[in-house]
Amino acid sequence: MTDATPIIQTESLRKVYSPGSQAEVKALDGVNLRIDRGEFVAIMGASGSGKSTLMNVIGCLDRPTGGRYLCDGVDVASLDAESLARLRLEKIGFVFQGFNLLSRMDALHNVMMPLGYAGTPLAERADRARAALEAVGLGDRTHHRPGEMSGGQQQRVSIARALINQPALVLADEPTGALDTRTSEEVMKLFEKLKAQGQTIVLITHEADVAHHADRICVMRDGKLYEGEHGLGAAA
Amino acid sequence: MTWNDTLRTAVFALRGNWMRSTLTSLGVIIGIAAVIVMVSVGQGTQAEIDKMVSGLGANRLDISSGAPNTGGIRGGAGSQSTLTDGDAIAIREQIAEVQYVAAGNRGNAQIVYAENNWSSNWQGVQPDFFEINGWKIDAGSGLEPGDYTSAAKVVVIGETIRRELFGEEDPLGQSLRIGKVPFRVVGVLASKGQGGFGQDQDDVIMVPLETARRRLTGASGAPPGTVRQISLGVTRSEDLSFVQEEVEALLRERHKIAAGAEDDFSVRNISEIVATRTQTTRIMSLLLGAVAGISLIVGGIGIMNIMLVSVTERIREIGLRMAVGAGPRDIQRQFLAEAMLISFGGGIIGTLLGIAGALLAGKLGSLPVLLDWQVVALAAGCSVATGLFFGFYPARKAAQLDPIEALRHQG
Repeated sequence: MTDATPIIQTESLRKVYSPGSQAEVKALDGVNLRIDRGEFVAIMGASGSGKSTLMNVIGCLDRPTGGRYLCDGVDVASLDAESLARLRLEKIGFVFQGFNLLSRMDALHNVMMPLGYAGTPLAERADRARAALEAVGLGDRTHHRPGEMSGGQQQRVSIARALINQPALVLADEPTGALDTRTSEEVMKLFEKLKAQGQTIVLITHEADVAHHADRICVMRDGKLYEGEHGLGAAA
Repeated sequence: MTWNDTLRTAVFALRGNWMRSTLTSLGVIIGIAAVIVMVSVGQGTQAEIDKMVSGLGANRLDISSGAPNTGGIRGGAGSQSTLTDGDAIAIREQIAEVQYVAAGNRGNAQIVYAENNWSSNWQGVQPDFFEINGWKIDAGSGLEPGDYTSAAKVVVIGETIRRELFGEEDPLGQSLRIGKVPFRVVGVLASKGQGGFGQDQDDVIMVPLETARRRLTGASGAPPGTVRQISLGVTRSEDLSFVQEEVEALLRERHKIAAGAEDDFSVRNISEIVATRTQTTRIMSLLLGAVAGISLIVGGIGIMNIMLVSVTERIREIGLRMAVGAGPRDIQRQFLAEAMLISFGGGIIGTLLGIAGALLAGKLGSLPVLLDWQVVALAAGCSVATGLFFGFYPARKAAQLDPIEALRHQG
C-alpha cells in the first residue's frame, strides 16, 4: 500500500436492518467517507443516528448490505468471519468506552493479548507490550491489574493494546465516555500525540469538546454523513 | 494462534476457576477410574476361567457309562457299567482324530499307611490317562507299561495323599493299603493345586486299571471287562464336536441301540461348560463396562454444562478477543482446549486412581485382577474423546457469537 491509498474509503455505503419488513431501518443510507493516512477524524452524532453502525462497519465487525467499503485497500464485502477477524487483527486497533480489559490479567498481558492471535514469537511479545505501555506513559504499571488502576490508566492500557499490532487505524468508540473531565483531557492529549506520530485515528463521540481535538469532524444524522460540524444542525 | 498459545490461555482460564474446574473433572475422574477397575476385575475373572479351561483340558471328551435317563429312573452318569474295554479300543482304532484314549473306573476307600489313614478316591487308569489330564510325575518312576498288563499292585499318589499319610517321610517304595489291599508307592504326582471349581485336585490315588478290577472292585460285582468311564484326548480342539458325534454314533452301533432309543452312555464335553461360563463372564464385563461408560457420559455432560456456563459468563471477553482479531476458529479452539484439559486432566488422575483401585481390589477384596495396559490407554483416550465430544457444542456456540452483540453484552 502506498501512502496515497486511503485508510478508509466508502462509496454509497448502506446498512439496512430487517429489509422489506415494517421495521426496516436504514442505519446507513449512502455514506461516502474517505479518510487518508495520518488523519484524526471525529465522527459525531446523536444516538440512533447510525454512528455506531458506521463504526461497526468501518471496524470490520459488520458487513454493509450495499455500497463498497475499502479498508486500507481491501474490499470487505466478500470476506467471511475468519477473514474479517484477520483484517481486524492486522489493520484495526479498538478503544472502547468501557475499556474492555480482562480483569484477571495484568496490564502487560492485556496488551500482549492480540499478539497471540498475530502469531508473534513469545519472546518478542513482552518486549513489545512493555514498549507500548511506555508509549502511553504506563511503563511502571505493567504488573497492575485493571482493578488496581484508575479509569484513565485503564483506558491508556487499552490504547496500548490497540497500538500493539501497529494498526493502520485506531478506532475509538466514546473513549472518554466513562472518564471525568480531567482524565478525558489526558486521554485526548495521548490521541493528539499519536496523531503527531502519524497514526490514523477515528474517534466516535457525541461530545463536541472531545470532537474538537480532531482535525476534521463529520456528523452522522439519519444514516447520512455530513462533512463539518455544521451538519450537526439543530441537534447541536 | 498456535496450539501452544491456545493451551496457555486455556490453562490460565481454568486456573482462574480452579475449584470449578476440579469439580467438573471429578466426573471424568470417577468415570475413568470406574472403567479401569471394572474392566480389570472383569478381565481378571476371564483369565481365571481361561486358566481353569486349560486345567480341565480343552481338548477332551468324557464318556460315562449309564444312561442319563433310563425310563423314569435317572441313575446318573456312571451308575451302570455299560462301557467296555472293547469300546475304548474301537474308538482308538476307528476315529483318527482321537489322540489319547483311557478307560477307567473309580471308587472310594480308606487309604492307610502306618498309623495314618485318609479317605480318598482311587482311580483305575490306563497309560493315556496321565496325558489327557495333564498329570506329571514329580518323584519316582510312575506306572510302567508292564504294571498295566501284569496288574501290579503299585500306586501313584497325589500331593495331598503324600502329605496326609507320609508327612516328612519319603513315600517312594513304601507300602500303603487301599482298603485291605497293600500297594507299593512308585510315584508322586506334581501338584495341580485347587481346581477351577474349588476342589482339591491333588487328593487322588491311581492304580493300573487291571489291578483295580482284580483287587478293588471285585466285591461291587461289575461285569468283567466293563469300565465306568472313557476319557478321550483330541489332537485339535476344533475337532471336538465332530469327534463327539463320531463317538456317539460308534457307541450306539456297538451297543446296538435302535434309532430313537436312548443312549446307555453319556458324552460330556467340558469345553461346553467352560464356554457357558466364559459367556457369562463376558456379559458381566460388558455390563460393568456399560456402567462405567455411563458414568463417563455423565462426567462429559458435566463438562458440557460448565463450558456452556463459562461461555455465557465470558461473552464480553469473547467479543473483545474477536474485536482484537481472534477468528471463530481461534475462539472454538480455546474453549475446546479448556474442555479437553478438564477431561484429560481428569483422565490422568482417574487412570492413576483406577490402577490403584484395581490393585487394591485385588489385594483387599481378593478379586482376580488383570491390568491390561491397552485398556488403561483406551480409558485415557476416552477421556480426551469425552472432552472433545462434549466440549464441541459449547465451543462452537462461542465461536458463532456475533462480535458486536458480544461486546455489547451486559453482565
